[in-house]
Amino acid sequence: MIIRISDDAAARALGADKLAEAFAKQGHEVQRTSSWGMHWLEPLVEIDGRGFGPATVDDVAAILDGSSDKAIGLIEEHPFIARQQRLTFARAGKTRPLSLEDYAATGGWTGLRRAREIGSEQIIEEVLRSGLRGRGGAGFPAGIKWRTVAAAAGPKKYIVCNADEGDSGTFADRMLMEGDPYALIEGMAIAGEAVGADRGYIYLRSEYPDAIRKMEAALRLCAHIIAPFQCEVRVGAGAYVCGEETSLLNSLEGKRGEVRAKPPLPAIQGLFGRPTVVNNVLTLAAVPHILGEGGANDYEGLGMGRSKGTMPIQLAGNIKHGGLFETAFGITLRELIEDIGGGTQSGRPVKAVQVGGPLGAYIHPDQFDIKFDYEEYTAADALIGHGGITVFDDETDMSSMARFAMEFCAAESCGKCTPCRIGAVRGVEVIDRIRAARGSADSIARKRDVVELQPVMHNAPKDNGRLPEQEIALLTDLCETMKFGSLCALGGFTPYPVMSALRNWPEDFVRGDGRVVDLVLDKANA
Amino acid sequence: MTDKTQRIAEILAAHRNQEGPLLPILHDVQEEFGCVDDEAERLIAAGLNLSRADVHGVVSFYHDFTPKADPRPEVQICRAEACKARGVEKLIDKATKAAGDRVHIATVYCLGLCSVGPAARVGDTLHARLDEKALVHVIEDAR
Repeated sequence: MIIRISDDAAARALGADKLAEAFAKQGHEVQRTSSWGMHWLEPLVEIDGRGFGPATVDDVAAILDGSSDKAIGLIEEHPFIARQQRLTFARAGKTRPLSLEDYAATGGWTGLRRAREIGSEQIIEEVLRSGLRGRGGAGFPAGIKWRTVAAAAGPKKYIVCNADEGDSGTFADRMLMEGDPYALIEGMAIAGEAVGADRGYIYLRSEYPDAIRKMEAALRLCAHIIAPFQCEVRVGAGAYVCGEETSLLNSLEGKRGEVRAKPPLPAIQGLFGRPTVVNNVLTLAAVPHILGEGGANDYEGLGMGRSKGTMPIQLAGNIKHGGLFETAFGITLRELIEDIGGGTQSGRPVKAVQVGGPLGAYIHPDQFDIKFDYEEYTAADALIGHGGITVFDDETDMSSMARFAMEFCAAESCGKCTPCRIGAVRGVEVIDRIRAARGSADSIARKRDVVELQPVMHNAPKDNGRLPEQEIALLTDLCETMKFGSLCALGGFTPYPVMSALRNWPEDFVRGDGRVVDLVLDKANA
Repeated sequence: MTDKTQRIAEILAAHRNQEGPLLPILHDVQEEFGCVDDEAERLIAAGLNLSRADVHGVVSFYHDFTPKADPRPEVQICRAEACKARGVEKLIDKATKAAGDRVHIATVYCLGLCSVGPAARVGDTLHARLDEKALVHVIEDAR
């Protein structure tokens, strides 16, 4: 019998290796495939298309004799899979990640072959027509970026893949690199063909040991196919900010991962000062499909508004059915969390949902009808980011999450611009004082210290101290400064989780029903 | 020539043909010696024709490079949002106690196992869906 078990990092972290060994010991052939993305069922065992999960070594005998109570039926017909439109993840669960044979048998390399026939101008034309936008978070049209690099003068150009997927709640890049590495490499080779670059770098975070191993192996195995294009994995070193494209380029050059001021855009002066395409893993991996016969039109036909095609959405955090759900843009949060995700893992009511990683806004259940679309999220003061959705139940204290957002920004700030470097530290302090006032008997959030009360401190107020509402006004003001004054999205977007938590759950910040917060925010907006 | 000088010279030579080789070199040095100390910084700076300040600036910027080797085994626990949502904070006290002085507990922000947290990493081995018992077990097993 052929037993198929994923060798994705999530499956391995849950004991898939031991399980595979146990089946092999019984004399069965075990094939290690990519993951279907149904993480609550991992490790998932597949026999003739039927699934069993989450399986442990103790289930082996029952699975083999057909009496296991962990049977989920035909995997392809499972509602979680059947409801998806998988383009980027078309091979998920179906192929062996490093098998060139499996890749070619499922349409691999046809996009690259066609790209080489039609040439640069036509490739860019098709990517433009598909409406593909950068999947890293900013949503910039990929075709326009490519056209800029193609038009830039220079003997040397680069393709850089941003695989520094640092956002909590996201794992699609990791799954793609571990499950379908050749798709990413093919996408990069096509990009090279389009802009006239013969050298590519994949900047991969050090927190993903499995992905590093797989990508390096895949690059060795397919070097002859993508030649003369050459590609190399570069491992990050634990800095979240290196997911920002200019700091990523500095890091690749062997410098501190500090953000560069734009302009010049990386498309004009990028890696080592050369014109450079910097695209996210999912953007590049979507390209082979688009370059297939009629792929651009198919892609353009999906989605809504200016958000075309599909988005691999990642359901994470306190959710019952967590995993990867790729679907056309336009799906609502309610569908994603209630119908597909099955509510919280803990069984308690959903309190908040963070979309777009640590820099994304916390969305209240009242707003769950919002459609997955770049423009709708921007209008709601939120962001799609990399498509990660983290669910929190009602035991979560939102002021502690707001504090964590600031703490994270302080820990990961590159230090180049003041609003982010100092603002984040001050943000933690202000939120700490607000939280302390909530728990203490007197309602003063911040007492004047001895130095401030000295007669020589002419400008310091000599009153009792700041009230919580004054601290909230201060936090609001600080967030404004960070939002508009920071050089990159780290400092610029940290206010989103902070302010959304404050606006939607004021009762977690101050005593009583939180009406004070509303008054402060109304005044700030007026 | 000491062993260390020799080894670092070898690492530098292995990366001679790379563009922007500093990070790959630092990874190799960190892996080999468990740290990138003053001596290593000096040797790398000389080898790449950089100032020592340039190299130190890079070493001190990244979380993965440490100035001093820690002989204890390290267990990295993810404490980012998704793992917080799945209750990692409730496990930290027990984990710290289980680690004692023998194991170094480090915080990491995201191992990409956000749907199956809480998650931890020891070396290149990942662990997910950890409850108190499982995490204590991981820590006790860390070598």
